[in-house]
Amino acid sequence: MDFTLKIWRQEGPQEEGRMETYPVTGITGDMSFLEMMDVLNDQLIRDGQDPVAFDHDCREGICGMCSMFINGEAHGPNRKTTTCQLHMRSFKDGETIYIEPWRASAFPVVKDLAVDRSAFDRIIQAGGYVSVNSSGNPLDANAIPVPKEDADAAFNAATCIGCGACVATCKNASAMLFVSAKVSQLALLPQGQPERMSRVQRMVDQMDKEGFGNCTNTGACEVECPKGISLDNIARMNRDYLKSQVTGE
Amino acid sequence: MAQTGILKSSLAKKYAMAATGLFLCLFLAGHLAGNLQLFTASADGGRQFNEYAKFMTTFPAVKILSYLTYFAVLFHLADGIVLSLQNRKARPVRYAMERPSENAGWSSRNMMLLGTIVLVFLVTHMQNFWWQMHFGEVAMVDYDGEMVKDLYTVVAAFFNPELNSFALPAIGLYLLGQFALGFHLWHGFSSGFQSVGLRHPRYSKWIGGLGKAFAVVVPVLFSAIVVFMYITQA
Repeated sequence: MDFTLKIWRQEGPQEEGRMETYPVTGITGDMSFLEMMDVLNDQLIRDGQDPVAFDHDCREGICGMCSMFINGEAHGPNRKTTTCQLHMRSFKDGETIYIEPWRASAFPVVKDLAVDRSAFDRIIQAGGYVSVNSSGNPLDANAIPVPKEDADAAFNAATCIGCGACVATCKNASAMLFVSAKVSQLALLPQGQPERMSRVQRMVDQMDKEGFGNCTNTGACEVECPKGISLDNIARMNRDYLKSQVTGE
Repeated sequence: MAQTGILKSSLAKKYAMAATGLFLCLFLAGHLAGNLQLFTASADGGRQFNEYAKFMTTFPAVKILSYLTYFAVLFHLADGIVLSLQNRKARPVRYAMERPSENAGWSSRNMMLLGTIVLVFLVTHMQNFWWQMHFGEVAMVDYDGEMVKDLYTVVAAFFNPELNSFALPAIGLYLLGQFALGFHLWHGFSSGFQSVGLRHPRYSKWIGGLGKAFAVVVPVLFSAIVVFMYITQA
């Protein structure tokens, strides 16, 4: 298969970027999107050009490193799929493919398609944890009874890999789906209860500080999320934050 | 406790958006109920409608509600502008290729545009009727010794092509306003519930259905009244 790629090239965070066109040939349908990018970069290096920078790590859909806004959609056209799990058979031979970095002021471009997602790390640092006193004999988590429904909902929230597709997809570059998943995975479990109210306040406040947009409830994030994180989490976070403000902990 | 105040956070702005928006839905229902009298108002020369209009502009409890409504409209507008500006700032560089219809409905992506059309309609609408009723010259009628402003005649004349040469374009703007309102409500009604966290598998589908029904029925009935008044007088 052959493709025409239109890729965002940007030397560094302060440099001006532009879309550039690259032909790529000899691609098979079984290659992943990242392998196609590897083929392109191999060509570029052989031609003495600068390869395209893009994030990737596990290449099996669990690390959250790969990104790329492909043909107008985060992680490309397939649902519940990360870019590394996207196969080239999902595209037509000869197709022109637009490849852009996540666009958000809170995710500045580092180089080409790689963006700085450390805003997510700072949101987690603000409250996405359970404080445990490690001295003495801490209670084994498995010894605490948890209703099956709560355990399932918490697990589903916890499958968020923090890739940022929700931000990239949202017309407002809002991080509500990510933050609400990280709030929910702890808010649903007994261990998360003591810090539940302060956690949601701190994480939402940090989200606002990072300059993400506001939620319009379009639901685009849920559709594009590679892990299918539900809008239920956003509603839960809206509830908890309101409660935290009203009860004024 | 976190330092950000309730009126500063992104979520608080959405709570305010939801509260004012859902309050305005109640206002719409009330306004529509009043307007429905216009279907039969010609039978008694508009007496029932005029007495209702007097009650709505003089009864103290309704007065309080009307001030709440003005406040809700202005707050919803100001809050919406602030949210939109922040949203724009959150994505300074746009995508070269976007496929927004792949993952979100049209009305949910165009709430600001729809709201602006509704606002333009609202300004002309208030100028035509609200201003007339409160500050304009409206003839008085005598109902058994009680002097009442004859709002019905003002409304009927406005939609009468023989008395108002702009009746047809006015109806066009009215229908456009209702069209925009319908799409605004199509997303806004259920979105308001989501914003304050009212979502549950047991009742969310009912809220969604009710919101969509409201978004269709309310503008269609408002429009039907106006079209009815035009046709019956043409």
